[in-house]
Amino acid sequence: MPWPLPYPFELAFMQRALIAGVVVGVFAPMIGTFVVQKRMSLIGDGIGHLAFAGVGAGLVAGGGLALGVWPVWGALAFAVVGALGIEWLRARRAASGDLALALFFYSGIAGGVVLAGLGGGLNAGLLIYLFGQPLTVTSEEIAIICGLGVAIVVTMLVLRRALFAIVTDEDWARVAGLPVGALNAVLAISIAVSVVAAMRIVGVLLIAAMMVLPVASGQALARSFRGTMWWSVGIGVASVVTGLAASRIWGLAPGGTIVLIAAGCFAVVTLLRRGAAFRLRAGGAEL
Amino acid sequence: MAAPERIRSSRRAPGEILLEAEGVTFGYGRTPVLEDVSLRVRAGEFVALVGPNGSGKSTLLKVLLGSLSPWSGSVRLLGESPGRIDRARVGYVPQRPTLESEVPATVEEIVLAGRLARRGWWRPLRREDREFVRHALESVGLDELRRTPLNELSGGQQQRAFIARAFATEPDLLLLDEPIAGVDAESQRRFRDSLAHLIAEHGAGVLLVSHELSAVAPDLDRVVVLKQRVIFDGPPAELAASGVSLGVHREDLPLWLEGLR
Repeated sequence: MPWPLPYPFELAFMQRALIAGVVVGVFAPMIGTFVVQKRMSLIGDGIGHLAFAGVGAGLVAGGGLALGVWPVWGALAFAVVGALGIEWLRARRAASGDLALALFFYSGIAGGVVLAGLGGGLNAGLLIYLFGQPLTVTSEEIAIICGLGVAIVVTMLVLRRALFAIVTDEDWARVAGLPVGALNAVLAISIAVSVVAAMRIVGVLLIAAMMVLPVASGQALARSFRGTMWWSVGIGVASVVTGLAASRIWGLAPGGTIVLIAAGCFAVVTLLRRGAAFRLRAGGAEL
Repeated sequence: MAAPERIRSSRRAPGEILLEAEGVTFGYGRTPVLEDVSLRVRAGEFVALVGPNGSGKSTLLKVLLGSLSPWSGSVRLLGESPGRIDRARVGYVPQRPTLESEVPATVEEIVLAGRLARRGWWRPLRREDREFVRHALESVGLDELRRTPLNELSGGQQQRAFIARAFATEPDLLLLDEPIAGVDAESQRRFRDSLAHLIAEHGAGVLLVSHELSAVAPDLDRVVVLKQRVIFDGPPAELAASGVSLGVHREDLPLWLEGLR
């Protein structure tokens, strides 16, 4: 029995999509604030591609069923191992941040295609993992997304100061005695879990956008790290709600619509800031 | 404004050895960079480490902090090996002109990280911690800018924020790597005042690696000149007697040190 919400959220499937989407809209930008500050904006993309390989492995293990638990567990295993691998390479400077990402990025997508082909899942069913499909999310999947989302949000809030210290100045944090390796590992695992938790909503190819685009707007609006985080969460949630509504009203692909709205927010914020700066300069000139 | 009680009291006995390097030799690959370097910093002492470019100053600092292990010799920080000490007792201001931050971070947020190191990263911060932060910001003259994003400050103001972060850890020993390179006169004055405050009020020991020592020259207890090995260790007046004055040669100190034997 759906809740008495107005159009376009009056139907049960839209309400399930709304719940799952709002949870993603909270945790993805929250973790994204640390990711952007660490200058690893594309890590969500790299891990997303690895999660895709995990989906492929899950298809092989699950006998080719695109829906079910096997692709999710496969994605989680690949994403966590991959995230720790990227962090390991970066921390040891065995490869620069973007080169480490590229290694996993391309291996992930190639592995995913090969494994999905082996599992017989190289078909339309795979698209829900690539680009997301919140409108078909089930109650069980909502429970998983909410559970993982709460775990990520609690981790970020409890460790926010320590994570801020390491992503802002890692060398100093190490000398100051903070457990930099362990905190980086926690952050990497949290990113991997975020990717898998958001996979059904915006897809592995677009999850990085939900980590980065709201933060790009948030940092332009805020004057502190804390403020940036909360602005980003607000913009993330607003993008999800507006995107879902637009997808229902105009029959658009919901995952892509959500991301486009987040990108649109950034464009609007940038234009408004430039306009304000221009007016300020013009006012100064008059004085 | 009064400092928190624990900040006002000195914790180390004057003259206690806080930093001791004995016969340290280190190099990269097979090339030695430091040879048989010995150095001491005591509580309440202000020591400057100088040397020509490439003389091994920053490498020595990394060895002292435990980031690099010496080939031979030993380092004791606060009586312990670098790997075993309470890290927050050793404040460190790294060599960096500015902090390039993607996301805006306020001065207060940066300095609060120092309290995190002192208090334990897993513990929530309390009102007392904010008092320490406020005191640290006041001592470097940044209290009024505490809510300003760091990337809106000048290079000198940013350096003062990093010094405040080191102060917020309540260090017994403070190591600074070129903290005032290219910094404006006002920031240099504030820098000198804040170091004098840390030494006089808190009994801390300070080791400053810098080429720009004219601002702090009157306060220095000793100058150590490094050219792969220690070639001078004594008061600034003795260094001046050997032909190198921190004041007279302030513009080209590294070049003058090059000629020192």
